[in-house]
Amino acid sequence: MEFIIAIFIGLLYACGVYLLLRRSIVKLILGVLILSNATNLIIFLSGGIQRNEISFIPEGSEVANPEVILDPLPQALILTAIVIGLGIAAYILALKYKYFEKTGTHDLDQLSKTDQK
Amino acid sequence: MGFLAPFLRKLLKSYTGRIMALFPFGLFAVLSYLFFLLPDETAHLVDTGLKLLPEISLSFRFDGLSLIFGLMVSGIGGLVLGYSSFYMAHYSGRSKFYFFLVLFMGSMLGLVFADNLIAFFIFWELTSITSFFLIGFEHENEKTRQAALQALLLTAFGGLCLLFAVIMIGNMAGTYSLTNIYQQGFRFGAHSNYYLVFVLIFVAVATKSAQFPFHFWLPGAMHAPTPVSAYLHSATMVNAGIFLLLRLNPIMGGTIIWKTIFVITGGITMFIGAFYSMGQKDLKRILAFTTISALGTMVLLIGMNSTASIQAALIFFIVHGLYKGGLFMMTGIIDKNTGTRDIARLAGLLKKMPVTSIAAILSLLSMSGIPPMLGFIGKELIYDAKIQMPELSWLVIPLGVASNMIMVAISLLIFYEIFLQPKGKQTVALKQPEKTLPGNFLAGPVTLALVGLTLGLFPGWLENIMSNALYFIQGEIVDVHLSLWHGFNKVLILSIFTVAMGIVIFLFRKPIGSLVQVIIRWTDQYYLPERFNQLIKNYLHLAGRQTNRIQHGYHRYYLITFFTITFALVMYQLATLKGDWIPIYETSPIKWHVVMVLTFSMLAVLFAVFTRSRISAIIALGVLGYGISILYMFYGAVDLAITQFLVETVIMVIFVMVIYHLPLFATLSSTKTRIRDGLIAIGVGVMVAFLLLKARFINLEPPISDYFAQNSLLKGHGRNIVNVILVDFRALDTLGEITVLALAAAGVFTLLRLDINRKDKH
Repeated sequence: MEFIIAIFIGLLYACGVYLLLRRSIVKLILGVLILSNATNLIIFLSGGIQRNEISFIPEGSEVANPEVILDPLPQALILTAIVIGLGIAAYILALKYKYFEKTGTHDLDQLSKTDQK
Repeated sequence: MGFLAPFLRKLLKSYTGRIMALFPFGLFAVLSYLFFLLPDETAHLVDTGLKLLPEISLSFRFDGLSLIFGLMVSGIGGLVLGYSSFYMAHYSGRSKFYFFLVLFMGSMLGLVFADNLIAFFIFWELTSITSFFLIGFEHENEKTRQAALQALLLTAFGGLCLLFAVIMIGNMAGTYSLTNIYQQGFRFGAHSNYYLVFVLIFVAVATKSAQFPFHFWLPGAMHAPTPVSAYLHSATMVNAGIFLLLRLNPIMGGTIIWKTIFVITGGITMFIGAFYSMGQKDLKRILAFTTISALGTMVLLIGMNSTASIQAALIFFIVHGLYKGGLFMMTGIIDKNTGTRDIARLAGLLKKMPVTSIAAILSLLSMSGIPPMLGFIGKELIYDAKIQMPELSWLVIPLGVASNMIMVAISLLIFYEIFLQPKGKQTVALKQPEKTLPGNFLAGPVTLALVGLTLGLFPGWLENIMSNALYFIQGEIVDVHLSLWHGFNKVLILSIFTVAMGIVIFLFRKPIGSLVQVIIRWTDQYYLPERFNQLIKNYLHLAGRQTNRIQHGYHRYYLITFFTITFALVMYQLATLKGDWIPIYETSPIKWHVVMVLTFSMLAVLFAVFTRSRISAIIALGVLGYGISILYMFYGAVDLAITQFLVETVIMVIFVMVIYHLPLFATLSSTKTRIRDGLIAIGVGVMVAFLLLKARFINLEPPISDYFAQNSLLKGHGRNIVNVILVDFRALDTLGEITVLALAAAGVFTLLRLDINRKDKH
């Protein structure tokens, strides 16, 4: 299963990079979003997926069994990353919106000066 | 001290210069006290206990050599400060002037007395920097700026060479302290690094002391206000190189390369300086070229490396400092009072400005080496030293005699043209009679001339300090005897011959002058300052083009560079790793329902990449996000699944809201670039996949996670371990995350509210 997920991540990276290299800003934003998803998956995968019980402490017990539960630490990291990803996405989109409104272009090559009208 | 100058100036108004002058004079008095106390073969080491860096202590070394230089620096410095208080009276920015002048004086003194080689280097650079500001004082003038920049570039380049040399010497000797090095009797003439150090030192000295072929910055530096020229070119700045040579003489002097290179360079510089000075009309430029000549003489003498020649060099340093300082100040006075420095326009000053003239004439006598001035003794010693070196005398004596003849002729010329009243020349009008000039303005040249005269009459006063200095330069005890009259010998005959020939040159000054003019015009094709500027310009141009090529400003090319290089490096590393190419490890069982979800997501992503419709792309992206969310779910990461689901939804909502205002996708790049980008992208994808497979999903049984699992309920009072980590164990990180979100929200809000064109509307 790891094999398949790894290939999936590889594909996501390929698509993300391809979009990053486009001249259109919208595509670039899409690329960033795909890449951030793929990176989250890498962290998830590196935590190991053999043990995949929910990382809860069962009722009536004081400790969890580390042999069974999914590693909680990568989950916490990814959770943070997802939320920050949301922030970034919202900000880029707002920036892009304003930028297009002002310049009327979405071609990065037209964006050579900072003081364009 | 220098930092106080601007405040002092506010306080003292026009008296600043005079009051400030008291400090170097005080220092001068202290140094003179040491001067008379200093026994023959000792050096005082004063350790201030301060450390510039752990290895570099700021300690000062007082011996004959540093005292001679220190006395000149502080003495002339005091005179120059007093002098400038009148000269600079009508300049703006005087606070700045005093600030840099005093700072320069301080660094020069530091340089002279520094015991630590690194400290020496620091002071050396400080003099370069402060002199840059002094030379460029009248920065409104473009030529001045250029001259200052040129001086800075050259001397700073020499400074870098010096730093390398100093570090190498320090490494070889095991210490940076001059006193320790001297005590060890360290010499490294036979060391394999000697030649490298020698070249570095040579460049440092040649740039600082304006030796050929780096001499050209010095005449340019004449754009500085006259007090600055008087100070920089008499006893300080340019003599730092001479001082360095004398300091290093016990360590690396006396080798064959030392003797040849410095003798040849010094000789050429000496002659070129003297020769060029004949073709000049501006008094300051004449003096500048004679300074170059004098510096050449000193380098030549040090290069000869005999006791007699070093002695001559030291005496000549004093002589030169005295007469050159005096003559520069005299130029300044004349310039101030008549409004010109052109010798063709000045005349008859002896009657009108008798005090200045007499002082100047004494200095001129010293310059041409005529008794009873100290200059005479200096010149006698030089000739004597040269005669004593039979293997070199065939070269150095003719060169030296020729230069001195020119000096005599120049002195006569200045005397005749300026102070006497040649026929057919108009007298210039004075702005104010000499009597009304303030005393401190005239004090400079007069004092210097009188000191030159007194020392000429009583040279015995110098013997003590000279023998101390020589002990540390040559490493042997020398009894120094100085006197005006040496008896009738070869040296005297040479002197008489020199003076006679000087007079001859003076008499034939017209034809010789025009000849020199012709030669100068011819050599001006190779006008070095211009060449230097051109060099710098070309260099900047090249650098600019290079930067434009590398920093092209296209973000995707940066990315391409980045990705391909990473790809190559990682793949190389992966290929050299041992182990199976396609790694086999214990896999968890394949969950076919997850595979289905992933396949669906894959197709969605590919669709998002290639679709022309914006909405479809966004929906496809959403499919990917939900797919990943489902993956999390199946593997037990419930919190992740929920968050991913929510976030993906929010992003899609924002996207759809914004997309209405966004342009349609258009094909901007050609098929070729698309294929290229596709290949790069596939490469990166393959690389990441391989990297993941090779990494074997190492779960190092992290004790951290175990700790969380064990203590989540006990210490964090929560059963959901992920949540407890976020809000309890790593609460501070979460706080940071919330801050980021808040900032993003604020950013979005301001962006949407912001109206860039608001200014235009008003």
